[in-house]
Formats: sequence, C-alpha cells, structure tokens
Amino acid sequence: MESNRPGIFVCGSFQAPKDIPQSVMEASAAASAAGSFLSAARATLTQEKKTPDQTNVVGERPRIGVFVCHCGINISGVVDVQAVRDYAKTLPYVEYVADNLYTCSQDTQVVMKEAIKERGLNRIVVAACTPRTHEPLFQETMADAGLNKYLFEMANIRNQDSWVHSANPVLATEKAKDLVRMAVAKVALLEPLQEPELTVTQKALVIGGGVAGMTVAKSIADQGYAVCLIEHSDRLGGQALHLHKTWKGEDIQPYVRQLVESVESHPNITCYLSSSLKNVEGFVGNFKTTVEGNGSTQVLEHGAAIIATGGREWQPDEYLYGEDARVLTHQQLDECLRNADPSLKDAKSAVFIQCVGSREPHRPYCSRVCCTHSVESALEIKRINPDCDVYVLYRDLRSYGEREALYLQARKAGVIFIRFDLAHKPKVEVENGALKVTVIDHVLQRPVSLSPDLLTLATAILPNETEALGQFFKVPVNDEGFFIEAHAKLRPVDFATDGVFLCGLAHYPKPIDESIAQAQAAAARAATLLARHTVQFSGTVAVTNQMLCSSCGTCVSICPYSAPGFNDKGKADINPALCKGCGLCVASCRSGAIRLKGFDDAQIFAMIDSI
Amino acid sequence: MTDWEPKIVAFLCNWCSYGGADLAGVSRLQYPANIRIIRVPCSGRVNPKFILAAFRQGADGVWVSGCHPGDCHYIEGNLYARRKFTLLNNLLEHTGIEPGRLHFSWISSAEATKFAETARKVVDAVKAAGPAQHFIKKQAEVA
Repeated sequence: MESNRPGIFVCGSFQAPKDIPQSVMEASAAASAAGSFLSAARATLTQEKKTPDQTNVVGERPRIGVFVCHCGINISGVVDVQAVRDYAKTLPYVEYVADNLYTCSQDTQVVMKEAIKERGLNRIVVAACTPRTHEPLFQETMADAGLNKYLFEMANIRNQDSWVHSANPVLATEKAKDLVRMAVAKVALLEPLQEPELTVTQKALVIGGGVAGMTVAKSIADQGYAVCLIEHSDRLGGQALHLHKTWKGEDIQPYVRQLVESVESHPNITCYLSSSLKNVEGFVGNFKTTVEGNGSTQVLEHGAAIIATGGREWQPDEYLYGEDARVLTHQQLDECLRNADPSLKDAKSAVFIQCVGSREPHRPYCSRVCCTHSVESALEIKRINPDCDVYVLYRDLRSYGEREALYLQARKAGVIFIRFDLAHKPKVEVENGALKVTVIDHVLQRPVSLSPDLLTLATAILPNETEALGQFFKVPVNDEGFFIEAHAKLRPVDFATDGVFLCGLAHYPKPIDESIAQAQAAAARAATLLARHTVQFSGTVAVTNQMLCSSCGTCVSICPYSAPGFNDKGKADINPALCKGCGLCVASCRSGAIRLKGFDDAQIFAMIDSI
Repeated sequence: MTDWEPKIVAFLCNWCSYGGADLAGVSRLQYPANIRIIRVPCSGRVNPKFILAAFRQGADGVWVSGCHPGDCHYIEGNLYARRKFTLLNNLLEHTGIEPGRLHFSWISSAEATKFAETARKVVDAVKAAGPAQHFIKKQAEVA
C-alpha cells in the first residue's frame, strides 16, 4: 500500500484494475498502514459526546409524537401530507403531530427535542423515507432528548409509497395512513431497551504464522496492541519459504526472513510455535482460547481473532508426478531456481502444464496464482538459458490486471503457449528414457509431441484443515474447505461472527501481494475493535421466558450463532452478546417461550391487527 | 365488484427485500398500491401465525420475501423459513385458502425490478382469487 513517498498510501483501482473486494481490502490495509504511523497520537484529540440520562418511561401511558415528512415535494407531491397528519392525530395514544418540510433537517431535530420535552412524549413515529438510512439520525435526536432510542418506529411513506405510486395520489394517501396506523400500533408497545456494554480485552490472537499471519501480527503490534501468534509447525514463514519471486520479480526469501525477524523480535508479539488450538470460548471482545503445544496447555484471553491458517500445494497424482524425477511442482521448480540448479542451464526444453487439479469436476475453483507463476518461471528459464524451448500448456490463461504485461513479455521472449481443453488433457509418458508430452494443439487440431527435460505442473492450492477451527469460532467453511467471509464484496476480511477476521490462503487462493494486503486489512479491522475499550451490543435481542421453556432444544440447535444454551436448570438461556436478533428461534419456539425485543410477537401482531 | 382492491400484507426481510422495495422507490418503479409492508429482521422471524393472523384480520393476500437461499444476512434463517412455509402452504390448502393468496419470494436489496415485478404478480394473483372470505371472523347468524 505504500507509495515511494513515506506517509502516502495507495489503494483501489487507481493502483491497478481490480474488483470491489480487492479495493475494499486495500482501503482497509491503507488505513492500517496509516494507523501504524499515527498510533502515538491515537485518541489524543477525541471529544466525548455527552447524552443526557434517560427518562424512565416504563409503566407510563404511551404519549406518541408523529412527524410526517414532506421530503421537499418527494412525498407531498403525491401524498396529502396534511391529511395524513390530521389522521394520525385521531389514532390512540397520539399526543402530538407535525408535518415538516424535511424531518431530517437540523431544525426539525430541535423541534422534535422540544416536543419530546414540552409534550412529555415517550414514543416517536416518523413517517418519511426508510429506516435503513434514517433511523439512526432520529434515534440520536431521541437520545439527546433523554428518550430511549428503541421507542421509535418509521413509516416508510416515500420509498415504499409516494415514489412508487406517483400516478395515484388517492391510493397513496390511503396507504400512507395505513402505514402510519401500523407504526403507531407498534410503537405503543415498544419498550425501552438497554445495550449491554462489555470491556474489550485489548489483545489479538493470530492463528497461522505464514506471511499473512505474520503481517497481521506485525501490523496490529505496530499499532500498540499485544498479539499472540499461533503456528502449528516449528518455524514461522509458511508457504512463502518455498517461493522464489513475486510476479514483479521481487525476491521473496529476504522479505520473509526480515518479516520473521521483525515478528520474533517485536516486543508486542508472543509466538507460540508447534502449537494448536484446543478450544475457544466467549465472543467479541472477550475470547478465551485454549492453546496446546510444547507439552503445555494455556488459556489465552483476547478481544479479537484473526484466522490465517493458509493453504498448501496439492501433491498431484497424474502426469507421472512422483514417478519421474523430471516432473516437478511449482514449489520444486522454485527451489531449483533459488539454488541455481545446473540442470536448468542444460535443459533443451521445458514444459508447464496448467490447471493441474484445479477447475476439474471435483475441485472446480481456479487457483489464481498458477498462470502468472508459470509465465514468470518460463521467463526466468529463458533468462538463465535462452536456447531452452519453453512451452506452457494451458486451458485459459488468467494473467489478470497488470500481469498481462508479463504474459506479453513471455510471448515476445519466445515462450510457446498451447491451449488444451479438459476433455483432451495432455498425455505424459516415458519413451526410451525421455519424457514425452503429447497435446492436441487447438489451432492445428492435431497432436503435438514435446520431449521436455523438465516438466512443471501448476498444481492447485488446497486450504489447510479448517473445519475444527470453523466450529471453534462458529465461522462458515465452503465445500472446498475455504473460509467464507461475511460479504463477498463489501466485507472481505470480516466473518459474520463479530471479532473474528480472515486473511491469506485460508480465504481463497491468492498471490502473496494480495495476501499481504488482506492481512493488513484484517489488522485494520481488528484494530478498530481493539481501539475501543468497550463494545456495545444491540438491544434487539431474544430473551427466553424460563417459565414457558420446555427444554426442547430447538433454539439451541438452530441458532447459527450458538447464542442459546441450556442453563444449570436445564432451561434455554440466550447470551445477548452472541445474539444477532434475527428472530429465528422466536419463530421456531414451540412453547412460545422466546421474545425478540423490538420485533416482539405482540408488536408485529399489533401491526397486523391494524391493517 | 369492479372497484374492489385487495389488501395484501408483506413481511419483508430488512436486509434484502425491504431494501429491494426501497430501491424500487429510488428507481421510481411503479407497482399497485395494495401492499402494506411489515419490516422483519429476517424471513426466519416470520412465525406462520403471523400469516394466519393476517388472513384472520381480513388480508386478501400475504407475501413473505427474504434473501436468496445462501445469502441470508443471518447465515441460514431463510432456509428454515422456506421449510416452514412449504409446510404452511400445504396446511392452508387443506383449510381451503386458495393457492393464489400466499406468496413467497427471494429478492435481494439490489433487485428493485424483481421487487416491482413480483409485487405486480402478487397483486394480480390475489385479485384473481377475489376477496378473502374464509378466515374472517363473522358475526354468527341468528335465526
């Protein structure tokens, strides 16, 4: 993310063509890099916002204020706003009504606060646009007026009414009245909700000591937080230890050595080598993880966890791999290149076969790095030994973005690219002691025989074992064993489980530069959590009624977040820190023992009853 | 009967179909004004009782819409919803509720066009079924 000028960082398609998730990752990574620079100044200029103490409205008769918005002419151009306002006045418990040119304007917030105070309002309905964008604004106004922010409901009379029924003002006005009536019915039954607050253990746990894991650990540690780094093998470095150069030609080994050194000597990082996870308890801000290794077991407390367990090269079972010493994988070729193996200088012909184990029916994904890796290695062989004939047998050459220039360079250097399809994979045999590769050239439509001295297989990338870890942290894994992020485009390093983040090959196959960017992004996301001293949980969570619970266990088994569990009396209890408020257990409880605060049965029935 | 307009209750997931409905508004896509939307956190929150209650309260149709299978904001709530509604649909058939009254769909927050199209389809189907008589509480006829 760094530019050649210290303190200036680059991200997004400004740097090179890329898709949204990559841009989002880089943006987070740039934020992390900037954050490392600024860590000394963190929180020195913050001012705390003071909100007044909440007025206790429990047990009070509802006194509802209804604010109907014109939204300029967006609503009032279709809906008769005054009529809706006057209608609202006739509804039960409504004490105050107003219509506003823009309910979201600063002036209206002042009006709303005054109305709450002067008229003693204890519930607010805003009939305007959509709660998806504007609910937080009005809730803040309520909090400023000392009213609990959950005593609020919106009637969507713009996006879901005036804008979509613009040709029919009469029906649109009728619908607006209905929507206001439903909102008033619901708000009368809403209760003030508290947002439980818990302290955050300002420490991160990183699982995996490869380049991604080390980068995450170092970035978080550079921002001033303690990090525990867990690695199952006896040394740091991971897959990068087997690699030679990046596609831009940078040497990987010196970089990895330096990274290992800086991680091992970092005062904020504790490394646990030859160690693995045995158990995980807790939730965002307060995890307790049991780590076993080197003959001892210890429990580490941490506020965030980053999964960087990486992947590995598939060991092929085709193309004579393992039977003939001249058939190599990419990592083995990289080793030859690193050691300047003399056989490379003498080779007269070298062949690469692409998509070995990738994009096959049983492993349908593309391993992404292998096209560029082959092109780069083909060029390297040409540099060492310009007389060597180099062939790349490929299905589709995916040298994406700026890597395309490398492909062009390889073609100019005389590397020959031959396309094949899945139904006609190349044949590899030994004939009179020599390797013979036969492939049907798709232009000539006839077999071409090659006799390479060196055959490199661009094999698939497999994820390391992920299932147990997925269960520990309650994070999902796809059919191929890669972890699944919270949102493919917009949240590429977060998991759906709060406080758990992801980077590197454990996510999907990616080149080292993308792994590093994603690792820095994960560090930024984890640091935003660690920088807070407390986390607040939503008030809209499910609660069980112990008297009604029949201990059937439905909620326990269906909750995707494992929030419900049996307490010592054998009744279901829901952990508000884990509950996301989806309501699945509420709708599934056969005893009617679970209530969802903010979307309770009674509240929804009230809306249904007033259609 | 020509000016009869059905009333339809829609339970929409906050994260997808409700957003699709918002986007339909932003895009000014027009659809009939018969639908009253109730926002829920997830289609998995919709208790079958809500649907029955809506019919009892005189709704002529009910529409539940959630995230596409596999895209649930809460991982898998919509899959449980799908199972519940398949069962409920069978049950409703037995109770004599016409098939055109209850609708389910999967609409993402980006699919404004699909939202408007589905809304039109639901309204047409409910109109074809006519006013709901079956579940509404009526005063007992005294001889």
